[in-house]
Amino acid sequence: MKALRRAGAVLLLALLAFHLLAPFYWAVNTSLALPENVAKTPVDYVPSPPTLEGYRRVLGNPLFLRAVLNSALVSGGATVLSLALGAAAGCALGRYAFPGRGAVLSLFLAMTMFPQISVLGALFTLVTTTGLFNTPLALISTYLLTTLPFTVWVLSNFFRQLPRELEEAAFVDGAGPFAVFWRVLLPLAAPGLATTAILAFINTWNEYLYALSFTIDESARTAPVAIAQFTGESALEIPWNEIMAASVLVTLPLVLIVLLFQKHIVSGMTAGAVKG
Amino acid sequence: MNKAREGSTLARAQRRAAWLFLAPGLLALAAVGLYPLLDTFRLSFTDAFRGDPDPARWVGFAHYRALLADGAFREAVRNTVVFATASVALEFLLGLGIALLLAREFRGRAFMRTAMLIPWALPTVVAARLWAWMFNDVFGVVNDLLHTRLGLLPEPLAWTATPGLAMAAIIAVDVWKTTPFMALLLLAGLQLIPRELYEAARVDGASRWQQFRAVTLPLLKPAILVALIFRTLDALRVFDVIWVMTAGKFGTESLATYTYRQTMAFNRLGYGAAASVLVFLIIALFTAAYVTVLRVDRDR
Repeated sequence: MKALRRAGAVLLLALLAFHLLAPFYWAVNTSLALPENVAKTPVDYVPSPPTLEGYRRVLGNPLFLRAVLNSALVSGGATVLSLALGAAAGCALGRYAFPGRGAVLSLFLAMTMFPQISVLGALFTLVTTTGLFNTPLALISTYLLTTLPFTVWVLSNFFRQLPRELEEAAFVDGAGPFAVFWRVLLPLAAPGLATTAILAFINTWNEYLYALSFTIDESARTAPVAIAQFTGESALEIPWNEIMAASVLVTLPLVLIVLLFQKHIVSGMTAGAVKG
Repeated sequence: MNKAREGSTLARAQRRAAWLFLAPGLLALAAVGLYPLLDTFRLSFTDAFRGDPDPARWVGFAHYRALLADGAFREAVRNTVVFATASVALEFLLGLGIALLLAREFRGRAFMRTAMLIPWALPTVVAARLWAWMFNDVFGVVNDLLHTRLGLLPEPLAWTATPGLAMAAIIAVDVWKTTPFMALLLLAGLQLIPRELYEAARVDGASRWQQFRAVTLPLLKPAILVALIFRTLDALRVFDVIWVMTAGKFGTESLATYTYRQTMAFNRLGYGAAASVLVFLIIALFTAAYVTVLRVDRDR
């Protein structure tokens, strides 16, 4: 009976692993196929022969490279900016007792749910009138709408948990609130900063709606938009091997981040949604 | 005594500094959140048109009346509700099962937890294109497997181009991508349940099912509630997966794709803004529930 139950659990886990990973196998399989072998029936379950042609084409495509560069710039910029603004706000909300704290904290939490679609037209107008349309800055600034509330919420939880005595000792030494924040609290909050930075980066790297709406050409287009628009010479000959190669390349940094920082990610995800 | 006074001096200095610390973040959110939101409300009462140089005219509630009478909008509401209900229900049931499985000690658990993060971290656009390719009616692996190899389907299906089927395909992609997230949230909740409770239940002769009913479910309730609201809010905003897979065709138009189409494709800023306001109000209602459940008032 026990052996049977064990076998059942192993089987379920194997099914789960297959379900999670099979689509990735398929992306890699297609990305390694020769163009003439992609669109044929019956389907090849292993690329024969495997070729890096799809990757060569994609990496030789200046439009795709530019999109990846734009993505890195936009995600990096938005992450750094929301960390800078979010650390200060998170520190105040996590450690300082002041009237209105509960209300501001609720506001930030509520804003983590802000539907981006509901300000699309107005943000488009704003981005156009400020001359930011079709520049990386248009995305860096509007992405704060999603990354900043989340960063503040997670970091306020983080700052709250640091021991109280630290800043009192520094304060006795004559340091003001800013010096205490900068020299004492911020270094101690490094793990929290790392967690929020990773989540903000993933979030902005993957963003599609604003990237689609606030850019028009390669000068600011990000990788998700480029992948969504990837088509061949005609609708009939979609280069699926290149699309899958581009998809694999855009996903690789994320897989790397997941493998390196999975503990941070899980703690950040649950801090955002579970801890009260 | 001395220490207490220093503490209170510090507290006073911090109280004064608090708003300075908050100001940059609040200003940024006012610029990209509050101002556009107010502007959306204003636009929704005007006939503003993208690219139109003439000043917009006031039209009162005309857009709202038109929206409520628009069959396409009502269908978008219906589709969004169907999508949210089906995907969140499936994700919850599967996620709970996976969380219970992963709560046990076994070799390879660390690997499974990492593997679960990968679909979650994947850009939705990439997931949507990948699945659209697998669902391709002629060269897709799904038809090849189910029809050509296993013969389970009498004929290949146009998964993403058939009303009904297209929505099911989109739900399947969302379930694939988001169930891991749900499972990890529930797993975090499971790990907060003290083990002694299970031991006590076992001593009392409770079966596994009785343990689940009497210990796991009641103690997991807060985590379940938060996970459900969190995911529902996400599902109500669905855009990426639909826009990439079907562009809202074949009965898959959602509130977000409808609003995007009106605003960006048809250039109807005013009308799109009215749709935006309705979306905002729906989400705000759910968010209020979410914040209440989390009880953020920690000043007590």
